[in-house]
Amino acid sequence: MTEILGKKLGMTQVIGEDGKMCPVTVVAAGPCCVIQVKTRENDGYEAIKVGFSEIKKVKNVNKPMTGVFSKANSKPYRILREFHMSDLKTGEMITVERFSKGDIVTVSGISKGKGFQGVMKRHNYAGGPGSHGSMFNRAPGSIGASSYPSRVWKNKGMPGHMGSERVTVKNLKIIDVRAEQNVLLILGAVPGAKGTYLEIRKEK
Amino acid sequence: MDMISVIEEGFKRDLGDFNIGDTVKVFVKVTEGDKQRIQPYQGVVIGKKGGGTRESFMVRKISFGVGVERIFPVCSPSIDRVEVIKRGSVRRAKLYYIRGRKGKAAKIKEKETRY
Repeated sequence: MTEILGKKLGMTQVIGEDGKMCPVTVVAAGPCCVIQVKTRENDGYEAIKVGFSEIKKVKNVNKPMTGVFSKANSKPYRILREFHMSDLKTGEMITVERFSKGDIVTVSGISKGKGFQGVMKRHNYAGGPGSHGSMFNRAPGSIGASSYPSRVWKNKGMPGHMGSERVTVKNLKIIDVRAEQNVLLILGAVPGAKGTYLEIRKEK
Repeated sequence: MDMISVIEEGFKRDLGDFNIGDTVKVFVKVTEGDKQRIQPYQGVVIGKKGGGTRESFMVRKISFGVGVERIFPVCSPSIDRVEVIKRGSVRRAKLYYIRGRKGKAAKIKEKETRY
């Protein structure tokens, strides 16, 4: 598995190889520095810890985190994640060059927050008729039966907070890799607003 | 410049200077099987839309008595080149009003060029 951390910059349209317009998301991905290599002997599992989005002002890094970065002899980073990648050493950089045109990737990120939403937007309930004197417009309706079960079933869709949760989108194609700018162009939309931190994974 | 405009810049094309109301000849690349040839399409530019890589223009012509409108993306690789045949003098950005007109009424006044 090849993974990289990135930041969503926004969407645009580019011309694909067949001359057709492609909607793409521009992601500034990497370079990610390997901070720590976890081994089965030391930590019980194998993983690498990587950092992304460098913190320019050293005074913004607190003391415990300064220790983490000085141990790895690296610059301080804003985002730390663990990846299941092997044959990497501490201090090595993961760049977009590990990805190539036409790769199929999985992208995870925090979706846009929608606030407190009703059941029609949150759970795709049908709602009621909008007119003809109907007084049942966007309400959820009945939430269950009476004597049995005498309670509301678990996971019953109700109004509540929507969005701002981790969303994964699979089978996205990489249209272009701009290694000198550290940019990936991914076909289609990815979760989150502009500036969202993303994890981009490639199965191998 | 931010990264998105840098990326869009790489796909932009300059088709030369033509405006709404102009009569243009668009040379379209047509692929038939494994052969490619160039087909001219001549008509009046009745509108432009969008910006950046999304910019497009609409060309209207009368073909065998039937009105035909084609929308071309400016950065489309299937356009070989665009030639301006006539400069038109119009007061509108979208010339949709010529759709309902025929013959002389659909004519667009030619721009007077001062030398």
